[in-house]
Amino acid sequence: MNAPVLPGPLKDNPRLDRWVAFPAPGQVAINTGRVEIGQGVLTAMVQIAADELDVAMNRISIRSGDTALTPNEGYTAGSQSIQFGGVAMRQACADVRALFLDQAAKVLACPANELSIRDGSILRKGVTTGQDYWTLAGAVDLKVNATGSGTRKPVTELKSIGQSSARLDLPAKIFGQATFIHDMRLDGMLHAHVVRQPHRGASIGAIDERAILRAAKAPVQFVRSGSFLAILGDDETAVDLAAVAADTHVKWQNVEAPTAIQQEANWLLQRPAVDRVFGAEPADLKGRERFERTYTRGYLAHASISPSCGLAEFRDGHLTVWTHCQGVFPLRAALVKTLGLEASAITVHHVQGSGCYGHNGADDAAADAAIIAMQLPGKPIRVRWRREEEFIYEPKTPTMIVKVHALLDDAGKPVDWTQEIWSPTHNQRPGAGGNLLGALALPNPPPEPPPNDVPESNGGGATRNAEPLYDIAAKRHIHHLVTETPIRTSALRGLGAMPNVFALECCIDELAERAGADPVAYRLSLTADKRARAVIEKVAAMAGWKAGEPGGAGRGRGIAFARYKNRAAYAACVVELDVDEEIRLRHVWCATDAGLVINPDGVINQLEGGIIQSASWVLKEQVRFDNSVASGIASFDWETYPVLKFSEVPEIDIELINSKDEVPLGVGEVTAGPTAAAIGNAVSHALGTRIRDLPLTRERIMASLLKD
Amino acid sequence: MTQTFKFTVNGKPVSVALDNEETPLLNILRNELGLMGTRFGCGLEQCGCCTVLIDGVPEKCCAKPVWSVAGKAIVTIEGLGTPSRPHPLQQAFIDEQAGQCGYCLSGIIVSAKALLDKNPSPTRAQIAQALDDNICRCGSHNRIMRAVEKAAAQLRAGVRA
Repeated sequence: MNAPVLPGPLKDNPRLDRWVAFPAPGQVAINTGRVEIGQGVLTAMVQIAADELDVAMNRISIRSGDTALTPNEGYTAGSQSIQFGGVAMRQACADVRALFLDQAAKVLACPANELSIRDGSILRKGVTTGQDYWTLAGAVDLKVNATGSGTRKPVTELKSIGQSSARLDLPAKIFGQATFIHDMRLDGMLHAHVVRQPHRGASIGAIDERAILRAAKAPVQFVRSGSFLAILGDDETAVDLAAVAADTHVKWQNVEAPTAIQQEANWLLQRPAVDRVFGAEPADLKGRERFERTYTRGYLAHASISPSCGLAEFRDGHLTVWTHCQGVFPLRAALVKTLGLEASAITVHHVQGSGCYGHNGADDAAADAAIIAMQLPGKPIRVRWRREEEFIYEPKTPTMIVKVHALLDDAGKPVDWTQEIWSPTHNQRPGAGGNLLGALALPNPPPEPPPNDVPESNGGGATRNAEPLYDIAAKRHIHHLVTETPIRTSALRGLGAMPNVFALECCIDELAERAGADPVAYRLSLTADKRARAVIEKVAAMAGWKAGEPGGAGRGRGIAFARYKNRAAYAACVVELDVDEEIRLRHVWCATDAGLVINPDGVINQLEGGIIQSASWVLKEQVRFDNSVASGIASFDWETYPVLKFSEVPEIDIELINSKDEVPLGVGEVTAGPTAAAIGNAVSHALGTRIRDLPLTRERIMASLLKD
Repeated sequence: MTQTFKFTVNGKPVSVALDNEETPLLNILRNELGLMGTRFGCGLEQCGCCTVLIDGVPEKCCAKPVWSVAGKAIVTIEGLGTPSRPHPLQQAFIDEQAGQCGYCLSGIIVSAKALLDKNPSPTRAQIAQALDDNICRCGSHNRIMRAVEKAAAQLRAGVRA
């Protein structure tokens, strides 16, 4: 018999004591490399451990994202925490449970198959034995590698998994307790702001220190290394005031601000690019009807509600960093490069921040604090970015052009599909070779990372969901990886999936219309995938979808579907909306199949969030450039980068298809594409004309109506 | 010149001595009084994370100079309830699992309290309008509005913290 294959994170971190411990009678401690970013992952991990260890959830405490304690699971990203991290946790706990049952069998001198566990106590043929995890813990060595031989619970025996469980982290947030990294206060701590280098290569010309000190109204000090300039002091208000004054009183040289023309997707067409081709061989074009459409989306900000924050202390040769970033181990590796310390001299702890939705300023704020702390040994440093700083300097998700070329058969169905994409990279995380912002201002800045995007094996970046899941004889995608951009670009929820699904699912509607078919029936005619058909049929039933319902009178309905990365969770959405000069969302229905569901209410919460955020992107969001603003970024606060408000959110109904025998899949990103495309299709249904550029602003709606 | 400012926070008298009378109330709450529940979101009075009640009126305090609140009564999220004695709004937010990252919730719950103090039976549209000054980026809006409706019903039925 072959040895069992360990889930990836467990293979990478095989020592069982890295995952599970029994620190005191009645208590279980588990460790995960995944971190809480508002998605409820810690609660789901505790549910998983409760089932696999047979203990009550309230016995379990969880630690996460800590280079000194937890498994190294890279990034908490890509909707993979449950699919990979959760499955690893299940297996680690199953192995631990098996070791304890073996030990109990020895102590009780009976066969292990007579034993079971109930809330941590060992039972023999259902009767208590006086033994439990804690009586046996001294004799069971968990400093051993996982073997994968522990049997994971069959679906029928799951008790906690599959039940809606209240989020463990929410009460502290509802009662206003100190729970976020922003709330940490260390003895002797100094507050700090970095006077941001506008971009790589810009250098400090002149600093009017006296003017800055005057503005602070309390003592502050400066720390400088090359073009890295920080202002710090023990009074947060004074440091804030000084940072605002520094906008005026620090003069930069060699500054080149982005211009308005560069914010538009079409600007990408003129840029140098690395061309990448994936999928089927070039098609024979003869005798087929051609269909071509071009869709675009602008730059987006993560726009996390809290500006990024990081703390660091360098004491006795050891650097300790606190961060809300998505990957403490990759951040540590990046700090090793930046600071010249050994990895063993750096500990990085995760502390919760606000929702990040991808690579925002978190890593950079931590690096800022670390760079300053290295210059002031023994002093804890807290860097909390300003609101404008987060908007201007966080990495943006890139603008994209998606051009669909399809060849149609006689019935108007696509038989050959090419999706051609112009997009800068979607990944400049530190762990992907991207630079920490502060490092660029230091005397010997690191080189530019080579042109790169998320590999196809990991779902692709700009190419994510670039091919329809539908049954089309030949599919390929071409990515012009644009290598020159005016601003830093990186990962935002779903990466390229949103613009790709928006383009391809709007095209499917356009094709259905050409063929005189109903959009739901047309989609079903293009796929034999049972799980795909199930979510499409389910959402149509939920929404009371009627084939041939007339639109064009200002109210419209649209449907869209995707399987995230074409290999993870399935989702279909129906949107109902009104359009006059602006769009008013009325209702969104969504059906999702994410395999085995760990926490149904948690999944629904995530799906709702994904729908609302995508709706906000589609209706409102675009980062605008303007070189008359010093930074060149004209979207620098909530007035210049508005997001969806309470009075603008639609009603949402969600149903889950719980495929219990399938792998559990993440859902944070699955609705981004289907929501966007369903809105696009509903707007077209309502107006009788199609808008192919996001966001769907008032100006674009008016222009589209006038064109008709 | 150091000046002393007196006001109340959650019913308790507070006196702070400061050199800078422009210091925002938010920084006093967090750095001088250790009340971390009122969050910093923008410092621009835009996002609502720092909403507190000032003499019963919901106001953003991230840019509210301390001199302007002298003699006033401030209520923060910590003044509503505790885990052992939750305010009906807090209980309803837990019951509805109304939040994702939770960073916006303190300000939202305080804004909702101000609404319910004034209007015990708000419609969904009135709740939305009352919360439009608070930004939630995670998309928990519908749960939050359901929680406010639920708390309103509880309060009408006489439930208190």
